[in-house]
Amino acid sequence: MAFDSFSAFIAMEGHGPYVWACYAVFVVLLAGLMVWSVKRNQSVLGACQRRYETDAKTSGQTTRKAPATFTRVEISQD
Amino acid sequence: MNSAGRALVKPVEQGVGVFSAMLAVFARDVRVAFRQRQDLLNPLLFFVMVVTLFPLGVSPEVSFLQQSGAGILWVAALLAVLLSLDHLFRHDFDDGTLEQLVLQPQPLFLLILAKTLAHWMLTGLPLVILSPVLGVMVHLDGNSIAILCLTLLIGTPVLSLIGSIGAALTLGLRSAGVLLSLLIIPLYIPVLIFGTGTVAAAAEGAPVGGYLALMGAFLVLALTLAPFASAAALRISMSNS
Amino acid sequence: MWQFFHKLGSPKWFFGIATRFMPWLLAGGLLLLAAGLIWGLAFAPKDYLQGNSYRIIFIHVPSAFLAQSIYISMAVAAVVTLVWRMKLADVFVKAIAPVGLLFTFLALFTGAIWGKPTWGTWWVWDARLTAMLILLFLYGGVIALDRAINDEKSAARAVAVLVLVGVVNIPIIKYSVDWWNTLHQPATFKLTEKPTMPMEMWLPLLLSVLGLYLLFGWLACIRMKTEILVREQRTRWVRELVLAGRK
Repeated sequence: MAFDSFSAFIAMEGHGPYVWACYAVFVVLLAGLMVWSVKRNQSVLGACQRRYETDAKTSGQTTRKAPATFTRVEISQD
Repeated sequence: MNSAGRALVKPVEQGVGVFSAMLAVFARDVRVAFRQRQDLLNPLLFFVMVVTLFPLGVSPEVSFLQQSGAGILWVAALLAVLLSLDHLFRHDFDDGTLEQLVLQPQPLFLLILAKTLAHWMLTGLPLVILSPVLGVMVHLDGNSIAILCLTLLIGTPVLSLIGSIGAALTLGLRSAGVLLSLLIIPLYIPVLIFGTGTVAAAAEGAPVGGYLALMGAFLVLALTLAPFASAAALRISMSNS
Repeated sequence: MWQFFHKLGSPKWFFGIATRFMPWLLAGGLLLLAAGLIWGLAFAPKDYLQGNSYRIIFIHVPSAFLAQSIYISMAVAAVVTLVWRMKLADVFVKAIAPVGLLFTFLALFTGAIWGKPTWGTWWVWDARLTAMLILLFLYGGVIALDRAINDEKSAARAVAVLVLVGVVNIPIIKYSVDWWNTLHQPATFKLTEKPTMPMEMWLPLLLSVLGLYLLFGWLACIRMKTEILVREQRTRWVRELVLAGRK
């Protein structure tokens, strides 16, 4: 331990505010980005689920295909 | 393929050489620009006005102007070039000329190089020619003005070349003007630093050969790489719309 | 070799791999970062010149490292996007650009706070700081261009061109210290050279750098997974995966 007491650790010989402000901003922003990324992932996942469920419900009723469609064929990379 | 077919194809392939195509693009851009003279004049007016703002807004003192005159002129020239970049491809894009340019058999990057050089001759070069007058107005001494003109002469083509990449990338987008500045200003910073640094070094009596050589290196780098990047960006933008 | 390369480009394959690795990346990253920061904050010896303010180094240097590495990795991905049109590469660029922006901001912010007790001023127009600020602008430009183009494929390729053009600035960042010899101290942390700082300072720094890299890996994975979900939601494998995950 480089400090004698806990209060010395907080004060850091006068440099405490600088050091702790840096660490606080770092932790808050990093954690914020992580939480935001997880939240966004979950909301997209949820939207997909709801979409597939409504698709599944309605697919039985409207199976009529359009007589002719112009669709762009894309080659999948799966 | 039979010989008759080959004979039919050949003249088309060899129709226009690369160099004459570049020359044609260059000449056309210059001619079009001289038909819309206001577009030629606007960047110059903007350049003069921005320079005028500094004595009015900061300080008209001779010592201040002498010290920061080169920087002011460089920043104003940079902004003027930035402002004119939107026109580089816009008109040709709107009337479909650009599409024809992309379809030409000649390499697109060379045609774009010709277009960019025309753009420089119509905006960058007049700025360089005008800068001694403004240099006198901000009380720069003769030697500084000469060096300043030299740095602008080497630097403004770099600005046009780098700018062509941004103009090509933002072609056809809604907020193209602001976006163009956002993309391009960071890339302009090194040129600006060395441009003003050269004049500052000259004012202190230091040798400027090294600085000028470095700026020349920027120019060569931009000349060789920027047309490729703009050609690639232009193809992407054209396929987008 | 080529089969592996194609596999690497497959979003489905990546989705599986990412799901498997993510817990390890998160746990490892948090553990290493916490260890490095606590060691650095409480146990590393005081710097005889700068006093305790030097402890900011344990977040400043890792952030600056990542800010630059992320841009370089984006440039590599941009080449892959332009040459091979690989889907995953542009998903990667799009997903990590905001992460890069955040780390660049953190490096600048912590640097500014560190500058106050050390140099007596928040901001110095020194080459390295300026170059970092340019990097911040570059990240901003990349994100703005990506947002401005509606078509996904054109956006990916336009961003790739912009990233490659901007990568010219990375050497300027790296070597600007040598060009303009000013206030900023030369680079303190190089993997290839023997450390000049004492071991008790260098080790916690190494830990926090590694930890932050792992956390970045985790962030890249989850953000890429989100992006893949958005893009591939019409495909069958995503449908099956999502519906299977619900049960």
